[in-house]
Amino acid sequence: MLTRRIIPCLDVKQGRVVKGTSFVKLKDAGDPVELADYYYKAGADELVFLDITATPEGRQTMASVVERISEKVFMPLTVGGGLRSIEDIHRLLRAGADKVSLNTSAVMNQRLISDGAERFGSQCMVVAIDAKKNEGAVPWWQVYVSSGQQPVELDAVDWARRAVALGAGEILLTSMDADGHRAGYDIELTRAISEAVNVPVIASGGAGTLEDLYLALAEGKADAVLAASIFHYGVHTVAEAKEYLAKKGVPVRF
Amino acid sequence: MSSGIVIVDYGAGNLRSVINALRTLGHEPEVSADPRQIALARAVILPGVGAGGPAMEELDKLNLSDTLRRRVQQKLPLLGVCLGLQLLMSATEEGGLVPCLGIVPGLVKKLPEEGKTPHMGWNQVKQVKPHPIFDGIPDNANFYFVHSYYAEPENSSVVVGTTDYGINFCSVLASGNVIATQFHPEKSGATGLKFYDNFIKLAMGGQAC
Repeated sequence: MLTRRIIPCLDVKQGRVVKGTSFVKLKDAGDPVELADYYYKAGADELVFLDITATPEGRQTMASVVERISEKVFMPLTVGGGLRSIEDIHRLLRAGADKVSLNTSAVMNQRLISDGAERFGSQCMVVAIDAKKNEGAVPWWQVYVSSGQQPVELDAVDWARRAVALGAGEILLTSMDADGHRAGYDIELTRAISEAVNVPVIASGGAGTLEDLYLALAEGKADAVLAASIFHYGVHTVAEAKEYLAKKGVPVRF
Repeated sequence: MSSGIVIVDYGAGNLRSVINALRTLGHEPEVSADPRQIALARAVILPGVGAGGPAMEELDKLNLSDTLRRRVQQKLPLLGVCLGLQLLMSATEEGGLVPCLGIVPGLVKKLPEEGKTPHMGWNQVKQVKPHPIFDGIPDNANFYFVHSYYAEPENSSVVVGTTDYGINFCSVLASGNVIATQFHPEKSGATGLKFYDNFIKLAMGGQAC
């Protein structure tokens, strides 16, 4: 049976991991290679790296970071942040990334999804969607781009369907309402997207407890959960998360 | 020093992880699209992600299809990985009906519609027949999969590992000197490295691999 995945997410700026990871007993907790190795050995199922530098130099640095990670970490790696062209994507895949995550560029240039899928395969094209609930007569989730700064006239559920039709092989869904609050994922949004598309959905934003992970998988019907602070700040280990989920009957890998 | 292991580079996907896996095991592979290099190899790894049709076109264009068929007949140990497994079959239904290498008789079909595709993530491999490729790997160990098509060999006796995703499909096949996996050992942690190690031991030991 296919297991549900637990995916720590690391924000990288100019080749260094930002956000607190000081609990990890490493020589250099800001080194993405050491942290990737730590999570690899801790039993994470995949890793996502988001380059928040978002400059040409940043992308170049990220590629060399990925090269070094892939020398010792034998698990799937997804890299996102500021990728705008087929050449940007190609450089990271060549460096050892298995998937790339497109957000703003996918909205602004939808052909990038289809061109990338045609050239490299859907399996490596992840479309990241940042969505915020728009309360009104009929509530809906609006898509935001540019690191959540810019609303666009897109309904998140429609956009997810469209992205998959264009060739996205996976959706990385972040609830902007839940993100950073550690009060749980947006289950309603997660389920709406999971049920709308026939590709895996990674739930992101809001994990504070192990039960939150469980609810995103069981009720949100996500295929994977992404979390940052719950792991980085040492609140829980990946192994604890998996033991908890296994007890609740969720298939996980040990 | 060269190990005599050649990774076939026909432009399909992430070779770096395969190279890194072999290096971690202490072997320096050659990465080549040159039929002469493959003719001289002691073992060949045929990796790949992406679509079957374009991959076959590329193998034909590089004159690799005939070389691979001939060398496999001459008992060259070969490991197919993911798309590399599918390309060994007679034909794939991906993009119509595209003839493949025909080294292992059988068809490549689309995974059933009920499940999400691609089948992406860690899933178990049931060892349905004992084989030295599984040495030191527990039954039902998890490996990392990413694929939308699966191979159905005509002769079920070549199926040594199966995986359940709506259907029970062939996730490891072994036919004489040819071994192939639908999952990515290079993405499957320590268990995956063990799988490569077993292949290399079989290939270099000259056992009936």
